[in-house]
Amino acid sequence: MIHPIPPGTRDILPDEMRELRRLRTALREVFEARGYGEVSTPAIEYDEVLARGDGRTAGSAYRFFDESGAALALRSDMTVPIARLVASRFANAETPLRFSYIANAYRAVRPQRGQMREFAQAGVELIGTPAPQGTAEVVEVLEAALDAAGLNRAVIGLGDSDLFRQLLTEMGVEGEARDALIERLAMHDLVGLEFELSRVEGIDERQRQTCLALSQLRGGSEVLARARELGGDAVERATARIQETYDELRARGVADRVQIDLGLLRDLGYYSGAILEVYDPAVGHILGGGGRYDDLLRRFGVDLPAAGFALYVERLHVAQMEEESRRGGEER
Amino acid sequence: MSTEVAGLGGAKAGGPLKLAVPRGALFGETLDILDAAGIDTSAPRGESRSLIFPGEEITLVTMRPSDVPTYVEAGAADVGITGKDVLLEQADRVVYELLDLGYGRCRMVLAGRKGDERLGEAQRRLGMMRIATKYPRIAERYFERSGRQIEAIEVKGSIELAPLIGLADGIVDLVATGRTLEENDLEVREEIVECTARFVANRVAHKLRAAEVDALTTKLREATAA
Repeated sequence: MIHPIPPGTRDILPDEMRELRRLRTALREVFEARGYGEVSTPAIEYDEVLARGDGRTAGSAYRFFDESGAALALRSDMTVPIARLVASRFANAETPLRFSYIANAYRAVRPQRGQMREFAQAGVELIGTPAPQGTAEVVEVLEAALDAAGLNRAVIGLGDSDLFRQLLTEMGVEGEARDALIERLAMHDLVGLEFELSRVEGIDERQRQTCLALSQLRGGSEVLARARELGGDAVERATARIQETYDELRARGVADRVQIDLGLLRDLGYYSGAILEVYDPAVGHILGGGGRYDDLLRRFGVDLPAAGFALYVERLHVAQMEEESRRGGEER
Repeated sequence: MSTEVAGLGGAKAGGPLKLAVPRGALFGETLDILDAAGIDTSAPRGESRSLIFPGEEITLVTMRPSDVPTYVEAGAADVGITGKDVLLEQADRVVYELLDLGYGRCRMVLAGRKGDERLGEAQRRLGMMRIATKYPRIAERYFERSGRQIEAIEVKGSIELAPLIGLADGIVDLVATGRTLEENDLEVREEIVECTARFVANRVAHKLRAAEVDALTTKLREATAA
């Protein structure tokens, strides 16, 4: 008899489990070796606690009531629960604090390979070290994690989440027009962006072109020079922030796999400053992401800068298999 | 804006860029614009029944327009061309929309029978309209935004049939010349959105094959402007 399970969830059988466990072990070793002790938090939290961390998306897609009528929610990532944990248990601890996790999270996505509604994330949080050192350390751990997973072709995109918000403020674009532009940028809908820009009053053609050009600037450190040519305080500040991080990465010898990307805009509400995305050429989906969230801890009553990343474990596994079959194909 | 990523030599994906080409109504004009952009289209223009046409820099992969977002989102195709109607209907597919190619222009409309008050009557007396369409998500979103309730009835074949024999009060469909509506005694009541062909990219290919994607975007932009 077949008994169904909810869409977007799945059973994992021994062959896959064995491979996943090997991957998890490799990641765990990287995290622990760099001083990121593993933590575990409950999969269910109070809805208002999660919403405090990410009010814009209001926490989780799965909410329900417990026996006393309190609203509970399934976590949609580990960053917010760890912010909660730090504020509650490490408020007066010496910083920086380093934590890692490999845990399930829950989102109402459309299920497909490597993207389920219940999925495992592996990541770290570095709390108390500001940019650029903190960001660079996180990227360093991320690179080591990718290497440990055997994904040595993977690339890390580095952008700045404040760039467009500050740029639009500088241009005097507010309210609905601003939201529409940010939405187009986040969706990377260039046609829509061009259309929305044409409707904004009070900005000139040069400013429109600046927005469009910035969203497409990605590559090595030379794109920072090209961005600066576009001019403006907001661009100047964002490129200076990225440059600092990039220099720090170079000093640590981990800049080679980093692609600077001024068009990067992640859809989570709590990012500030640097943002990261992870790609592998063998897979069409992003493998993970992260960045800085210097304001997140304050929402929980502890004013500490923070940065981190999360990798989707199942997608790493997909990438491992694709890379293996590619290597096999080359050998034949 | 083409950029070679410094130090990413080892990470650059190999092989020609895979471009998803829509068969059907957009096929001819798509091949024309690719020609104008300097891409050889003699193979897909020929009698061959192949679906894949390998090239030096770009491999053309032909498919139904509605499959383009699926292939591009998964990265099976790096870039693709399809109608805005397809992108709007599959808005949950994550692809980067890079360029409006301008051709294949048509309108998504609400149409009803000529001189027939069924649409208004159904809304007023029954509180909701039955709308037959191949684009249920576009239809639902449109009516939701304008504060009206509908029952979207998804049909696959000739939509015009539905209001003529009483399956639906009206239709939401793509109209190019309006001749099909005219022949079936239907008329446009409301215009929903104008659609043209769009150039889209997989989000990973857009990052990791930036130079090639940007070069192709530039060539297509020039071909479109010409």
